[in-house]
Amino acid sequence: MSALRAVATGLAVLVALLLQVTVAPHVAWHGVVPDLVLLVVVAVALARGPNPAMVVGFAAGLLVDLAPPADHVAGRWALALVLVGYLAGRLRPDVRPTALSSLATVAGCAFVGASVVALTGLVLSDPAGVATGDLMLGVLVSVAWDVALTPLVLPPLLALLRRLETPERGTA
Amino acid sequence: MSGVTDLVGRPREGAPHDPLDGEALARDEAARPAVRSPFRDLSAPEPRGERGRLGAGRLLSRVERRERRWSAGPVPARPASRSLLVALVLASATVVTLDLAADDGPVGAARAVVADVVGPLETATAAVVRPVTSLGEALTTRSELEDRVADLEAANAELRDQLAGAGIDQQRLAAYDALAASAGDLDRAVVPARVVGWGAAQTFTSTVTIDAGTDDGVVEDATVIATDGLVGRVLRADASTATVLLVTDAESTVGARVGSSGTLGFLSGTGEVGDGSALDLELVDATEVPDRGEEVLTWGSQDGAPYLAGIRIGRVTHVYSSVRDSSIRVEVAPSVDMTTLDVVGVVVPTGTDSARGLITGSLAQGSDR
Repeated sequence: MSALRAVATGLAVLVALLLQVTVAPHVAWHGVVPDLVLLVVVAVALARGPNPAMVVGFAAGLLVDLAPPADHVAGRWALALVLVGYLAGRLRPDVRPTALSSLATVAGCAFVGASVVALTGLVLSDPAGVATGDLMLGVLVSVAWDVALTPLVLPPLLALLRRLETPERGTA
Repeated sequence: MSGVTDLVGRPREGAPHDPLDGEALARDEAARPAVRSPFRDLSAPEPRGERGRLGAGRLLSRVERRERRWSAGPVPARPASRSLLVALVLASATVVTLDLAADDGPVGAARAVVADVVGPLETATAAVVRPVTSLGEALTTRSELEDRVADLEAANAELRDQLAGAGIDQQRLAAYDALAASAGDLDRAVVPARVVGWGAAQTFTSTVTIDAGTDDGVVEDATVIATDGLVGRVLRADASTATVLLVTDAESTVGARVGSSGTLGFLSGTGEVGDGSALDLELVDATEVPDRGEEVLTWGSQDGAPYLAGIRIGRVTHVYSSVRDSSIRVEVAPSVDMTTLDVVGVVVPTGTDSARGLITGSLAQGSDR
């Protein structure tokens, strides 16, 4: 059961990455694309709590860092998605799952994730000489993207993860 | 769920449901508190007979589903483990350190492995979604097309005029071409490739994945061109894919020669990819002021890597001069639209072993295409 769950989560991450790299740029605004992988990590956190989400976040972040055409210093997305998994997992028990609270969770997590990526880039000067204004704009646009895509992405993912959690109820 | 169906579904047994029937309405009233739904009236017309029995159950399941849609699931999560968080954050920091420490360390090896697995998947995905993503280009309005036809006709007429007076230039050009060909160092081949993946702007690197790799003869530092001019250079070549650093990337610097005057300078990217993307040109001789609209070509490097000489990069769009420190800043718009890259060519030496057909010909033709 847990092997099946791991495979399904891994597949979800891979599909999110492929869509993010190949499809999303066609609709991107000034090159800023939605962080679909981040949404998967948030879904895992909401469905299964912070600990699995942090592990999935680390693995997924490494994949984003290493998969072509990424050329930034590896580990930046890994760090960001570990923190996202922790944050989303911590938020989970506090809120009743409604559409609005889920959107707020995604917005907060997307802001933290994109900010961590942007700030680590600033600290490591990778690449050097990016204006802070561009940085802020990039973060805000990616948050807007993530929130806009949440209603499409999160419910099916949650349903999938729920189904894997309790097969006897899922089939009812 | 089935228990509730029995509870509120039983009174309906046998009787076909009719919203105008008083008894049915009363039963609906009775059923309402049990269902507790504000969406009662919005529900679809209920099926009659046998299936009508399931009506209230279906309604409940709709409400329940609406709530469950966002629900976290039945299993209570264990509290967040601080030590796991610290361990994973440290692991991320270690990866960062490893990547910064050595160019070809373990992270480089991991990149190659991931590229060999994910690269072909990206190529496959891009091929699958290409019909959909290219739809945007196909769907243009009629007035847009008419405008384009008008523009093209005007351009055509202008070119005809130029052609009429171009005879002498043509002869001179032919002579130069023959000269260049006899020098023999310009014959190169082009590996055709398609762009299958784009780097996110969130990380402020302008890189793309192309679906040709070392199997196709692509090597690191090879020049990448499109029909309109220079695209960038190959940053890393893996077996079946390669990563290309675009000239618009903030870390990209290209030696450039400005059109007629031949002034030398260095072009660096600004990290922007969108419509406003421009390259900064820093001139070696700050007293030479280029004109607006002048062509900027590559200056070239030794052995043609990373950049071959004489490839079009773009046009000068703005020249700013600062009175205070008597310096000038030149902005160049790249001739290739980096946001709509599709087919590109990687320039390799002729005779390169490649799994796909090479486009051969002198470089002059290659860059003019």
